[in-house]
Amino acid sequence: MLRIIVILIAASFVAAPGVAGATDAANPDADFKAFRDYFTKRFPNVPLTDFVNGPYSMDSGLRKQWEAIEDFPPYDFAVDHGKEMFATPFKNGKTYGDCFPNKGIGVRQNYPYFDVKAGEVVTLELALNRCREANGETPFSYVKDEMASLTAYMAFTSRGKAFDIKIPDDPRALAAYENGERYFYTRRGQLNFSCASCHVQSAGQHIRTEVLAPALGILNAMPIYRSEWGSMGTISRRFVTCNSQVRGVPLEPQDENYRDVEYFLSYMANGLPVSGPGARP
Amino acid sequence: MRLAFATVGLLLFGIASQTQAASTTQAEFDAAVAAANSAEKDAGVLKNRWTTTEQALASAKKAAAAGDFDTAVKEAQRAEALAKASIAQAKEQDATWKAAVLR
Amino acid sequence: MASTIRVRAVAGGELTEVQALVQHPMDSGFVKDAQGNLIPPHHIEVVDFQHAGKTVFTALWGPAVAKDPYIKFSFKGGQKGDEIAVSWIDNKGESDSLTAKIM
Repeated sequence: MLRIIVILIAASFVAAPGVAGATDAANPDADFKAFRDYFTKRFPNVPLTDFVNGPYSMDSGLRKQWEAIEDFPPYDFAVDHGKEMFATPFKNGKTYGDCFPNKGIGVRQNYPYFDVKAGEVVTLELALNRCREANGETPFSYVKDEMASLTAYMAFTSRGKAFDIKIPDDPRALAAYENGERYFYTRRGQLNFSCASCHVQSAGQHIRTEVLAPALGILNAMPIYRSEWGSMGTISRRFVTCNSQVRGVPLEPQDENYRDVEYFLSYMANGLPVSGPGARP
Repeated sequence: MRLAFATVGLLLFGIASQTQAASTTQAEFDAAVAAANSAEKDAGVLKNRWTTTEQALASAKKAAAAGDFDTAVKEAQRAEALAKASIAQAKEQDATWKAAVLR
Repeated sequence: MASTIRVRAVAGGELTEVQALVQHPMDSGFVKDAQGNLIPPHHIEVVDFQHAGKTVFTALWGPAVAKDPYIKFSFKGGQKGDEIAVSWIDNKGESDSLTAKIM
């Protein structure tokens, strides 16, 4: 009861809409510059490309442990498994490579993209399951195991390539970008956190024992082997668990809001290298 | 004799009252859980349900199944309050998220 | 079937540094699955590293070691080109082994 009162009181103190300077139309280029400036100004000693290493760019003790782990990364098995799956044809003889440009090698940095024909954002995970369904195979769970192995292999073959997310000149694409931006900055769950609460305002600080990754380049290392999970997890897995951690009922993996926020965050990371798959605490 | 009838009458009246009170509590629970479910459904449309609302609903149903309607009604009312708070949060955030955007 | 063992041994000065990553579920036997049933213990019991026919390191593992364990140690001696043999056996009697050259 007290919490509800607190939230409602807090709500009444928030600035009214229409604050000076907030225009109505989404401006991705202006957002991109402001987003980048915020992090580079706040963390002047972090080289730009290092932001993709999340908490390790924020904490030197954690970084030393990570460098040791990277000698023998726990995601190694997932990469091998993904490579095996790529080499194994479907029942109809086709392969994953047939669904992607360049046979699926070195293309991670182009996802998600806005499909102008379908009018929606297509993420790498979605594209992989659609590939399976188009070839008569059942789709995988979006959160772990095979999907994590496939995306781990695709990230691995794209390591170092700069993110290159495009927003085509289409009002629906701009709307999807803005929906993603809205999702990122909107508070949710009983704990009333937005993605920004942790990854913008509190980047580099601790939440319990974890060091919070900056939002800049936060998806570049996905999928990740997370020690907390003792296994691999995809972007879908992280979105779902983040929701439940703030006591919000998660959406279905690959829900439009999840795909749009992935689109927004990936666009913000344009120019930064693919660093996945990654190992995280 | 009249005293005996009166006593029996009082006893029967007493029992009848208790039975009435029990069915009122069941009805109270049904109304409370319906209100909670309706609010939670609205929160779902806004894609802003809270896990704690779902837990309170589950706890209310569990108590009702065990016949503990006092707890069941309290939990259902708590669930409704949480659902309404989540709806208020969604509406408020809809109007104010732009103020949080890095500019 | 790919090996469950990855090993890298590097000779430097007096010491050879060995790192290994072993793929294994390392189920402790204390964890329950989604249905509430205990997942039976399935973990490595002994890991053995040999150089020139002698054991240079033995690890006795059990339920406290986490999934896909990583191990790192150094031993005196060993030269570039020498072989290092790694083997493990678990509580179900399953095993694997691998031989690698020191770099």
